[in-house]
Amino acid sequence: MIRIKCPFCGIRDHSEFSYGGDATVEYPPLDASTEAWNEAVYQRANPRGPHREYWHHLNGCRSWLIVERDTLTHEVGTVEFAHPGLSEALK
Amino acid sequence: MSHYSVWSVLREGLRGQTGWERAWRDPEPKPEYDVVIIGGGGHGLATAYYLAKNHGITNVAVVEKGWLGGGNTGRNTTIVRSNYSQPSSTQFYEHSLKLWENLSHDLNYNVMFSQRGQLGLFHNPAGRDAAAKRANTMMACGIEASLLSRDEVMNMVPHLDYSENARFPILGAMLQKRAGTARHDAVAWGFARGADNYGVDILQQTEVTGILREGGMVTGVETTKGTIRAKKVGVAVAGSTGHVMRMAGIDRLPIESHKLQAFVSEPLKPLLDCVIGYGAPGAHFYISQSDKGGMVFGGDLDFYNSYAQRGNLPIVQDVAECAMAILPCLGRVKLLRHWAGIMDMSMDGTHIMTKTPVDKLYLNAGWCYGGFKATPASGWHFADLIANDRPDNLTAAFSLDRFERGLTIDEKGMGPTPKLH
Repeated sequence: MIRIKCPFCGIRDHSEFSYGGDATVEYPPLDASTEAWNEAVYQRANPRGPHREYWHHLNGCRSWLIVERDTLTHEVGTVEFAHPGLSEALK
Repeated sequence: MSHYSVWSVLREGLRGQTGWERAWRDPEPKPEYDVVIIGGGGHGLATAYYLAKNHGITNVAVVEKGWLGGGNTGRNTTIVRSNYSQPSSTQFYEHSLKLWENLSHDLNYNVMFSQRGQLGLFHNPAGRDAAAKRANTMMACGIEASLLSRDEVMNMVPHLDYSENARFPILGAMLQKRAGTARHDAVAWGFARGADNYGVDILQQTEVTGILREGGMVTGVETTKGTIRAKKVGVAVAGSTGHVMRMAGIDRLPIESHKLQAFVSEPLKPLLDCVIGYGAPGAHFYISQSDKGGMVFGGDLDFYNSYAQRGNLPIVQDVAECAMAILPCLGRVKLLRHWAGIMDMSMDGTHIMTKTPVDKLYLNAGWCYGGFKATPASGWHFADLIANDRPDNLTAAFSLDRFERGLTIDEKGMGPTPKLH
């Protein structure tokens, strides 16, 4: 079991969360070229090692989180809210 | 190489099993080959075999970092079928199934292919419609398929859960009679022996650490046993595709690596004489019984990117629940082992077999759940691609640029979310 330290709920088993994929993807503006959209929608770095990724605390506080996790060892690094203003608002 | 036959078995029986030869050599790498295949799993070995057999290219090396079939070839549930709902996929897998049907004779190696039939159960009217559509696609492609009623399934497999309060009530099933299972290790070993017999060098414990290029063209590989030059290089390393392709300067691919677990129980007396699979919202399960009696089964991915070849416990529980939902008689059976393989989950759930932006570098990847059953056809068509430097009719659809061109082959209609395929 991977354990993720949700900044709102504390340390929880990963079975409370739903995986949301690569968090480094930046979507281009709607009128961007097909090439730019192909990059964002389909192409992934898929690293063997540290990976920045979304997790949704679905069966908890329902926050979207950005988690740094090693895809080879499953070691979890930093965990932060995906919404940039949320940490500040909760202080 | 000595030919295996009933006479060789009898002769060795009389000689106390002292005359068997090695099935393949353990050579030192030559400085140069016509073709180097990275990855000594079923697909890489089959590619080498068909390069030699179909195209007469025998100056070939298969480079494997561990041992043969130690990756996904040895980590699957051994099911072989060709019942897909996208024409390009079902035709590809049908070619594979036809190769499977004669594989033991072709290789002179018993891969224990058993066409025991596969039942895909459905549990609601929408499931029946989907099964009918799939069966119709198959029949339109010339592949036999049939829909069974609940009573017919009951006759065939009486010990599924048909009770009033079954978690997944069984309305019927789609049957592919020619589907079945094969012995996974034997597939790797059979292709290795066959390829070696044609003069292919199989280099185990040789890890590729770099892919050499000059002016946009591949010229060889750097390995832990030194530099090996090559006119062409084929990559068949599903699971580690991203890791290996990065060595060739290709940093991004429409693939994520996920792990898929498989399970085997303690050996039982004969209990199940066909393959059974089902998928329903929240459940995904497939099971067969091996020749040794173990129940071999699996379910969903662990659902997060991973290169760790070990499974996680929530999915063990999920899969056990799926098993109990249709085969409650397994409740007291002990689990013997479980393991995980790293799947190349592609963005549309279909494999990639293609030329790459690097000249003379070819990619065979993205097999999702379907790699084992594809082994012979994957080798056949990848060899053709490498030998002729162009995709044939059956593989043209599996190109790398299909995503950008909007020509995805999305079996389940899930969109670009690899974990859902």
